[in-house]
Amino acid sequence: MSRASIRFWIGATVFLVAIALMTQVIDNEYPFFAGYVILQFIVLAVAWSILGGYAGYVNFGTSAFFGLGVYTAVFLSKATGAPLAVQIAAAAIVGALLGFAVGLVTLRMQGIYFSIATIALTIIIETTVTNWRFVGGAAGIQMQRPPVMPPFHSYVQMLFFVQALLVVLAVTIARYTQISWMGRGLQALKDDELAAECTGVPTLRLKVLACVISGALMCAAGAPAAMYLQYADPSSAFNLNYSVSVLAMSLIGGTAHWVGPVLGAILLGTTQQLLAVTISSEANVLVLGVMLVLFVVAAPEGLIGLIRRIGRNRAGGRT
Amino acid sequence: MTPQGGPKLPLLRIAALTKRFGGFTALDNVSVDIRPGERFGLIGPNGSGKTTLINCISGAFRTEVGTVVFRGEDVTRLPPHLRTRRGIARSFQIPRPFKSMTVAENLMVAIDFATTADDFVPAAQRRDAMMSILTRTGLASKADMSATRLSQVELRKMELARAIATRPKLLISDEAMAGLSSSEVDEVLDLLMTLAGQDITVIMIEHIMQAVMRFSERVMCLDAGRIIAIGAPAEVLANQRVQEAYLGT
Repeated sequence: MSRASIRFWIGATVFLVAIALMTQVIDNEYPFFAGYVILQFIVLAVAWSILGGYAGYVNFGTSAFFGLGVYTAVFLSKATGAPLAVQIAAAAIVGALLGFAVGLVTLRMQGIYFSIATIALTIIIETTVTNWRFVGGAAGIQMQRPPVMPPFHSYVQMLFFVQALLVVLAVTIARYTQISWMGRGLQALKDDELAAECTGVPTLRLKVLACVISGALMCAAGAPAAMYLQYADPSSAFNLNYSVSVLAMSLIGGTAHWVGPVLGAILLGTTQQLLAVTISSEANVLVLGVMLVLFVVAAPEGLIGLIRRIGRNRAGGRT
Repeated sequence: MTPQGGPKLPLLRIAALTKRFGGFTALDNVSVDIRPGERFGLIGPNGSGKTTLINCISGAFRTEVGTVVFRGEDVTRLPPHLRTRRGIARSFQIPRPFKSMTVAENLMVAIDFATTADDFVPAAQRRDAMMSILTRTGLASKADMSATRLSQVELRKMELARAIATRPKLLISDEAMAGLSSSEVDEVLDLLMTLAGQDITVIMIEHIMQAVMRFSERVMCLDAGRIIAIGAPAEVLANQRVQEAYLGT
């Protein structure tokens, strides 16, 4: 293992231990309730950037994948009473299949077609779920939480920890994708798709693979959401807000490195949570817009680009 | 079947290839065999279909009529990356570097992806291969430089270097010398000559007639999508129709 990998795994372990300690030490449920949303956004943003960042194919259908994850869990829990872990695994498989199908159909074409298709996808899936009585239809569905497993004291604490596990999983996969042969291939096709093909890069296969991985992680991130709210309805599960927020988080963080979407999600997610408490939940959309404009103008490569630029200037100043 | 008729199978056989864009016929019933190890020059006025032919050979364009057979295998329906892995490499007329990468990384894409899993090579060896290609193309000192900081000449060299890094059996050089000074033309020409000496078949598209004449064993001239002359360089140049096509008389 390289030194960077060792550092990464130590970081991941410290993160999980800290999360586990939090669930044991803090009694108040609110930090977990708010923290869960931020962790969920980290998974979504990291997953999004695997295709949107590394390959440059913008997915506007985050909410389609997320909502499908929510409803996979709803369906399974209603039909079979399957435990949470099974729900998440099933959601990941469903997300992978959807990613494969959408990718295969639309990623043959270069450019904007994929983005348009993902918007249509959200509408199709939402309409289908809205008209599906078994999972509650347009009125939504109440979810009964099963008894909480020790060592957790509340179900939200447990979901908080589960989402933290998903964060580690998503970041590990994104990091591997970035530093492996796959990352170099995606980077090449992002730069120039025809040149990449003519250099031996199987562009279609790589794009579909990235779409599968990204879709699976987004769906998995959505699976615990119904239990978190104890309720699911199509218009909030498939809310376009997820797509917009996740896109903004990835771009504001920077997509060249897996750390970018993590930083973006923490920054925006925290801001949104604070605003929702102090002003109103509507205000965070405004702030999102303003921040996106500021970053596009001042730091088009996101926080990552900004940090690198400052680092370079420092190094330049010294010599 | 080949005019000079060797005992060996042709490396590349293009048979009755036609390419239309809507009502415009860019290539009209083009058939040609290229022998292994041959130095082949492709000339013709602008818009005569040279680059279209290259795009059909490398797979960037799909063709509806005609076949492309490479080393005995019909590759007409294969996507570009599979043709690259079988040994067809090309450079682009307007250089298309991977802009977010360094020169070394540009070549590593080729080295990592153009070889199949069966001929796995350890990382250190792949890096050595990359450096040796950079040295041969005179880019060794630029290895860690961003591709965006290269000059026009260097970009053209990198196009060739990246194509060489795919370990081709057929290298198609699409106007690699356009806009270069005469000493730079000589440099690139020497490089292509060396490659041809190493069992790589080279198809050279070039407007610099002197270079084509010096380099090629055989020259083909296209005009309006048709082959108007093919044969020894001097013969083709002396051909009435070729002169008409070029001089417009």
